[in-house]
Amino acid sequence: MQYQFLGIGYLTWITFLPVLGMAVVLLIPKGNSNAMKWTALAVTVLQLVVAGLIWINFKSALTGINDPSGFQFIEKTKWIDLPGVAWFGHVSINYYLGIDGLSLPMIVLTALISFVGVIASWNINKSHKGYFALYLLLDTGMMGVFVALDMFLFYVFWEIMLLPMYFLIGIWGGPRREYAAIKFFLYTLLGSVLILLVMLALYFSVSVKDPATGQMMHTFDMLAMMNPQNYDPNSLLGGIGTYWRYVAFIALFIGFAIKVPIFPFHTWLPDAHVEAPTAISVILAGVLLKMGTYGLLRISFPIFPDAMLKFAFPLAILGFINIVYGALCAMAQTDFKKIIAYSSISHMGVVLLGIAALNSQGMAGGVFQMFNHGVVTAMLFLIVGVIYDRAHTRGVNDFGGLANQMPVYTGIMTVAFFAAIGLPGLNEFVSELFSYLGAFAAFRWVAIFSSIGIVLTAGYMLWTLQRVFLGQLPDKWKGLPDVNGRELVALVPLMVVVIVLGVFPSIMLHPMNATLNHLVNFVHSFGAGMTAAK
Amino acid sequence: MAQTIYQSFGYVIPETVLSIFFILTLLTALIKKGRSRHLPAYIALAGFVVAGVFVLEQAGVDQLIFNGMYAVDPFSWFFKIIFLVTGILIVVFSMQSRELAEGSTKYSEYYSLIISLTIGAFFMAGASNLLMMYLSLELVSISSYILSGFTKENPRANEASLKYVIYGAFSSGLMLYGISILYGLTGSLNFYALNQVFASGTAPQITVLVAIVLMLVGLGYKISAVPFHFWTPDVYEGAPVTVTAFLSVTSKAAGFALLIRFFKIGFIDVAAQPAVAGMWEIFRGLNWTDIIAVLSVLTMTVGNLVALWQTNIKRLLAYSSIAHAGYILMGFVTLTDQGISAMLMYFVAYLLMNLGAFYIVMLVANKYHTEDIDGYAGLGYRSPYAAFALAVFLFSLTGIPPTFGFIGKLYLFAALIKTNYIWLAIVGVLNSVVSLYYYAKVVKSMYLDLPKEETKVEFDFGTNLMMTILMVPNLALMLYFTPILSWAEQSVRMFGLH
Repeated sequence: MQYQFLGIGYLTWITFLPVLGMAVVLLIPKGNSNAMKWTALAVTVLQLVVAGLIWINFKSALTGINDPSGFQFIEKTKWIDLPGVAWFGHVSINYYLGIDGLSLPMIVLTALISFVGVIASWNINKSHKGYFALYLLLDTGMMGVFVALDMFLFYVFWEIMLLPMYFLIGIWGGPRREYAAIKFFLYTLLGSVLILLVMLALYFSVSVKDPATGQMMHTFDMLAMMNPQNYDPNSLLGGIGTYWRYVAFIALFIGFAIKVPIFPFHTWLPDAHVEAPTAISVILAGVLLKMGTYGLLRISFPIFPDAMLKFAFPLAILGFINIVYGALCAMAQTDFKKIIAYSSISHMGVVLLGIAALNSQGMAGGVFQMFNHGVVTAMLFLIVGVIYDRAHTRGVNDFGGLANQMPVYTGIMTVAFFAAIGLPGLNEFVSELFSYLGAFAAFRWVAIFSSIGIVLTAGYMLWTLQRVFLGQLPDKWKGLPDVNGRELVALVPLMVVVIVLGVFPSIMLHPMNATLNHLVNFVHSFGAGMTAAK
Repeated sequence: MAQTIYQSFGYVIPETVLSIFFILTLLTALIKKGRSRHLPAYIALAGFVVAGVFVLEQAGVDQLIFNGMYAVDPFSWFFKIIFLVTGILIVVFSMQSRELAEGSTKYSEYYSLIISLTIGAFFMAGASNLLMMYLSLELVSISSYILSGFTKENPRANEASLKYVIYGAFSSGLMLYGISILYGLTGSLNFYALNQVFASGTAPQITVLVAIVLMLVGLGYKISAVPFHFWTPDVYEGAPVTVTAFLSVTSKAAGFALLIRFFKIGFIDVAAQPAVAGMWEIFRGLNWTDIIAVLSVLTMTVGNLVALWQTNIKRLLAYSSIAHAGYILMGFVTLTDQGISAMLMYFVAYLLMNLGAFYIVMLVANKYHTEDIDGYAGLGYRSPYAAFALAVFLFSLTGIPPTFGFIGKLYLFAALIKTNYIWLAIVGVLNSVVSLYYYAKVVKSMYLDLPKEETKVEFDFGTNLMMTILMVPNLALMLYFTPILSWAEQSVRMFGLH
């Protein structure tokens, strides 16, 4: 098999490298916190290297989604395999990894953000061992979600993230950390148990032929679930457009919507983001939110295309609400971090709007926006972290005139702010443009009303910029130093990505294209009641 | 007749061994009065191990012995192993308990009662006759009354014991009444004979329903299903931690074993069995499964909701164990072999996580002298390993990966989805979300709250080893649960079925 190192596939490496790192961190004697930091850094750098290798070797022409031969870097081995007794049936769960044009950007994003997060964690001041061990476990969970093709495996990775996240917010967070941590935990667990039920319902509805014995058996294979011929005729989720399929779609949707978060399931987000330490906010906004939309695209869309076609319009409406409501909330905040948190809700709305359009432009825009928002919002949270570390306050009204005091910082920040606004030449411009284009073709009025969001975003972003960086510098901030080298190491790579993808978006759009077009066609053809042609 | 009885003895060797060791343990009180704390414990351990050897020899045996009184089949075999493992662990725990060491000098009686309770549980798992059922239930009950009041200087233990006796007497009285009705209707005490009478359809249905409800009172009390659960929090709080842990696993599992066997053999249309592989025909016209579904929903919901307000960790775990009885009952509602095997799997998970949690509670009570959740503040910094282990057990109880508790829940829900009990599955998952809150409350106290004192409290090597032994399966079996799954599937077989 190609693409292996030491006999183990790239995807296993990229997923489980952090767990190795975690083991190392746990073995380092207590008090040697520098060794722990450098271990975490080394692991994430390695992960980034592997992600780069995967990107270089990625074949853009292959499709994926429902076509096993369209996936790349596939690894498939039996995990749980029980021939079973007569009345129970064969139980088989596979360790099945693979990527296509939808997962590739997410893998690169995860590796990048994890790396940046370690640098942002440099000034964590207590229990380093626990922090970095949990951080690396979280990293594995995130990466696993984006590479798993077996739904059971997907679910396990999805849930494994919860525990580290709870502790990372709860132990190293701000003053209201306990409340924020348990709120995050409860919300996401509620979402995941709904996903669990749908997963089980799918399992019992889908049968495939066991290649070894020729008997029919149930499967957790996501790709098998996308083929309407695999559904048992009388099973719960069999047929097309049946009642239970809609129920299952909605349950699954709520599970993912909590993670995105989509209005009205968004209330955990401001709390969690504000209380989490900087690096964890970066991870939350940069990667975790994308899991929700990734789940929609990877599971909801191709497995329930019939329901998806029916719910596309409501989804677009929710996107609109997210955009405008998030922006309005952001405008009302005076806490710098809360502004960024609500701006995330608004920008994830753009993703929803794009993917709900179910056409090539919208889909490309939506997925590209997932990547871009991950990078930009990570930058924004880092920027907040920089100033909070110095001033120990985040109230935007407490500042003013920082542009003269911290010129480098202001320069970087301006790039991030303008990227978030969607200025041409920066990455979010491209993705927002595509999203709105797609939405305009599909739901003209929703797109038009949603574009209010662009104005509102410019409003709160520029207003924030004005309050913090322009005007008179209060005397107490006269001594603030500019960004230091460590902070630059975290910020500059992200800034480079923002600019490069703004100028050459095709380096990211090109690998996604075949997969996303295939997804659009697949949803339309299967959803319309026809058997999907490969 | 004499011949069959004589042959039957060949199948009760484990029970006989336990009885002999019961006497031996008791005799140590005469030899070394109150001197050696650990001697009876070692004898009890030896008893469990020897009995275990004989139980392992019975693998695959499928026999009905003593003229239909007692079944030795894969189903009871499964539970016997659960009881033995629990017994061994409880004896080990008890040897470390400060509470017991200070509370009483009657160690011989203590360990012999643990054996006698286990013997009762053995018979409950195999009872196929109403009389046997009642006798074994009483053996378990009486042993547990004494055990729960064992630290008699402690007023709460006395209260616990008294409450337990009163509730127990009342519910077993009701159950006895149910038995008498069943006997009156059918003229037989044998489960299989009951089945034949019911299958013929001659019994008046409303009377049968009354009898079922009365039987459920007795069994529901044993598994602490709501609304027969009122004794549980008080007994669990008042009794020594080791006894609480013991009751929460052995006594409850035995209750479930009896419940499953009684209903599966007595109330399933055997004639319809081959037609639908694995599915049981519900007794005609009587939807008694709905009663159990309601019982299950009540049990887990009340258990979880009340647990939210608890400040004492033993009470919290008591309500949590009530909630878990509710989850396990969900598997029973489906009436499928898959549901039963999911229940069996859940017992393995429940044994590991619940005993683990109680073990840490006991250790903390030993060293920190507290059973309040507030007392756990900063445990993660003062005793990192113990706190980590407790966190694993609690998350396993919640049922989230990467713990075996997740697999247990997964299979229960799978059985429900498979049989289209979707409403019940939804109630179940919502309950497990609710339960997260109170389990996380303990974790929060351990890790998110700062310790009142900075001093570290370390445990010795043996204790850490014991924690590891309990913790590793909780994590490892999630990654590879094939053996447990196949064991549970094999163990669904009862004598006379399949």
